[in-house]
Amino acid sequence: MAGAVNRTVDVLVVGAGPAGLAAAARLAAAGPYRIEVLEREQEAGGVPRHCFHGGFGLADFGRPLDGPAYARRLARAAMVAGAAVRTRVSAVGWSGPLTLDVTAPTGLERITARAVVLATGARERPRSARLVPGTRPAGVLTTGELQQSVHLYGVRRERLGRRAVVLGAEPVAQHAVRTLRGAGVEVVAMVTEQSRGPRRFGAVPPPPLLTGARVTELLGRGRLTGVGVSRLDGRSGVIRCDTVVFTGDWIPDHELAREGGVPLDPGTRGPAVDGSFRTGSAGVFAAGNVLRGVESAGAAAGEGRGVADAVLRHLAGAPWPLSGVPVTAAGALRWVAPNRIDEGAAGRAFLLRVREPLSRPLVEVSQDGRILHRSQLLGTAWPHRSVRLGAGWARRVDPAGGPVTVRIGS
Amino acid sequence: MTAGRRRGAVTRAGALPDTSAPGAEYDVVVVGAGVVGCAVARELARRPLRIALVEASGDVGEGTSKANTAILHTGFDAVPGSLEARLVRDGQRLLADYARETGIPVEPLGAVLVAWDEEQLAALPRLAEKARRNGHRTTRVLGAGELRAREPHLGPGALGALEVPGESIICPWTTTLAYATQAVRSGVDLHLDCRVEKADPGAPHRLITPRGVLRARYVVNACGLYADRFDALFGRRDFTVTPRRGQLIVFDTFARSLVRHILLPVPGVLGKGVLVTPTVYGNVLLGPTAEDLDDRTATGSTAEGLAALRAQGGRILPALLDEEVTAVYAGLRSATEYDDYMCAAHPALRYVTAGGIRSTGLTASPAIAAHVVELLADSGLVLGAERPLAPVRMPNLGEAFPRPYRDAELIARDPEFGTIVCHCERVTRGEIRDALASTVPPGSLDGLRRRTRARAGRCQGFFCGATVRAMFEEAGHPWPER
Ligand SMILES: Cc1cc2nc3c(=O)[nH]c(=O)nc-3n(C[C@H](O)[C@H](O)[C@H](O)COP(=O)(O)OP(=O)(O)OC[C@H]3O[C@@H](n4cnc5c(N)ncnc54)[C@H](O)[C@@H]3O)c2cc1C
Repeated sequence: MAGAVNRTVDVLVVGAGPAGLAAAARLAAAGPYRIEVLEREQEAGGVPRHCFHGGFGLADFGRPLDGPAYARRLARAAMVAGAAVRTRVSAVGWSGPLTLDVTAPTGLERITARAVVLATGARERPRSARLVPGTRPAGVLTTGELQQSVHLYGVRRERLGRRAVVLGAEPVAQHAVRTLRGAGVEVVAMVTEQSRGPRRFGAVPPPPLLTGARVTELLGRGRLTGVGVSRLDGRSGVIRCDTVVFTGDWIPDHELAREGGVPLDPGTRGPAVDGSFRTGSAGVFAAGNVLRGVESAGAAAGEGRGVADAVLRHLAGAPWPLSGVPVTAAGALRWVAPNRIDEGAAGRAFLLRVREPLSRPLVEVSQDGRILHRSQLLGTAWPHRSVRLGAGWARRVDPAGGPVTVRIGS
Repeated sequence: MTAGRRRGAVTRAGALPDTSAPGAEYDVVVVGAGVVGCAVARELARRPLRIALVEASGDVGEGTSKANTAILHTGFDAVPGSLEARLVRDGQRLLADYARETGIPVEPLGAVLVAWDEEQLAALPRLAEKARRNGHRTTRVLGAGELRAREPHLGPGALGALEVPGESIICPWTTTLAYATQAVRSGVDLHLDCRVEKADPGAPHRLITPRGVLRARYVVNACGLYADRFDALFGRRDFTVTPRRGQLIVFDTFARSLVRHILLPVPGVLGKGVLVTPTVYGNVLLGPTAEDLDDRTATGSTAEGLAALRAQGGRILPALLDEEVTAVYAGLRSATEYDDYMCAAHPALRYVTAGGIRSTGLTASPAIAAHVVELLADSGLVLGAERPLAPVRMPNLGEAFPRPYRDAELIARDPEFGTIVCHCERVTRGEIRDALASTVPPGSLDGLRRRTRARAGRCQGFFCGATVRAMFEEAGHPWPER
């Protein structure tokens, strides 16, 4: 990048969402380090910026907050601790193993750090990535675009539509319903492939729920006029609507990681990390939703604090593990994270995601045919919610052995 | 008009200019603002004529021109001796020059026609011979080993290929827009949202639209998929357009490193097959299907079409299927019952048709334009002395060329180019602002996307959709319904 200003910092955090801000706050509080956070949006805070509902802050601040309030608190905490939180600044590529190219209104920069923390979050797969066929009308959104339109730009019903269909029935889908209703849009159906929708819907009645069903086609020229739906039992039909929101189905925003050659885990599609959030590239850490799609904001912030501790050890001279036993998912398991065993992993629980709902499934961890752990889960494992698996067994892993397999079955 | 050239008007609503007084009529009205109509309007703008370009939809290039495979063809496989063969060959040269002059992104990657079975392999020398007859002497047959060295990610079973140097990829959006922009800056009036519903041929012709009547001494039909219907308004029934749908899948830019050339299929008895090619935006394109339909508006994709494409793509480039899909679209080519373009002058009617411009029209567009202007002259239009066109330099949408977000000097002059709004495609606030204030401003978010790439990326608006929409509305555009 000709004309770029070269700078150095101790830790460069990319992404000022809950993970990045929590990491920066702890790092800045811990020592005389120069901590800089880059955020490409106008405001720091990440996804909570546009989540105008409660459910944030209890774990971090001990009080219930809505998303924007939580985002502001996290940003303030990072700045008060001494981190430089810069907004409207985009990391657009790498020019060295620990050097990022940056575009900002103030010009181009090339920032070299002793440690880089990727905290770039996740996004929802849009209609195209889900290969839903049909026409390409207006009125097709993801939750991210919907929430920003309504909550950050005040877009109301006249603009959004009158009858909406929401795809998905997980918490994010419920937030989409609430946002639509708040904007005055009627939600005529929630459609999910799962066998079950939400049990509770707050104090208000849930929208009509279509379980075991898929949207097979979008209809309408110019503006959406309906969605074709087919049930697993073979019945099919059309729901008339002028708005459809594709919710959930997260994919890590792993662009920067991939561009930097940071190895990804095939299951999570995020950077593969060990229990200390160290990626396969020396000096590069990753935390939060970039690791595997969406967990709660509190979980992401928790990982942010976790990565800060690991970064501090790294700055103090801890060696970077050259390898580490890989952890792979098997059976009905879609992914497992973290993806490599290190000595630090013993304390941190693993997260598991199943492909389809399983009632009281059996979890088995093995290495080279040796069973390290076996247990039965209580209740049902759902594809949209992580199962936590304690890491006590990690101490019994042979560091010289083959991959560890986590298998789930019914 | 000679000296002190006036800039043309761009209208989207309201009454059309009054052309009723004698002498106030347009000299030429070009109907249809696809790549062909825009090229014709630009070519005519070199002359001291009063010209209008009218378009049914709200933007230029809304038809076939926005949804094709975006290849600047050499024309190596055209029917030798046909009008299409000549216009594609000339157009290729003209458009490549025009691209350099105006900043339309072009990447000369070269193509390889990959043979997957013995029959296809046997067809390669015949194709080389056809190319030779079309004036392309640089094709070469590659063995399996050389092919694999050139395209290491090809699936197993590729037996060889015909190399066609000179095949390029181009930005179809910028091409159409550059023509239209230059035409307007050179004095052409552009009337959008202005469908010609009836015609009253005469002296002058009367073209009836919901926004009023346009009078014209000469009319050019560049109506693409509707060229036969428009011909009928002038009493001509020379051909019938059959829409041939092509569905395409756009893969994420991370797929770009999987493919180095344009991977063309070997045409065979079972049709033309699908291609895999990089795009100038850094994506990878897979398609198109070929389905003959009746409905001229059927630009939807289908589950069967997408499944077939994925199956074929997986054979050509297996790793492609592991990448995320950025977009899916479908375009309709204007096939007719004839094996050539249907360009004709009707001197007695003072009317010229440019129809049946099937899947090479983007490439041929500047040559079609020159041909149409000749046909107009042959029909009695006095062209007048040639004069230089107003210069244009288009914003660069191509990945192979410098983009504003990496331009330190530009950002120092104008910090808006340092603020990225669409993160996936790295489109800056400055680019969006400029597009909204450009000569031919977008009438919808889709139009804005074609001018800037904003919202065209992997997130499809998850991050930037609301912001881009707000900028669009602030610029005074209505909520886009189309
Ligand atoms: C799948 C596919 C792949 C292709 N690939 C390539 C390629 O790689 N390279 C290449 O060179 N070409 C390619 N093409 C072809 C190229 O896109 C077309 O040849 C070209 O767009 C034709 O331009 P046009 O102006 O004739 O038609 P269009 O782009 O369809 O424009 C016609 C315009 O006329 C307007 N109109 C119609 N009737 C009226 C009326 N009564 N009043 C006012 N306005 C009217 C329409 O609204 C439309 O905007 C491809 C086409 C397809 C479908």
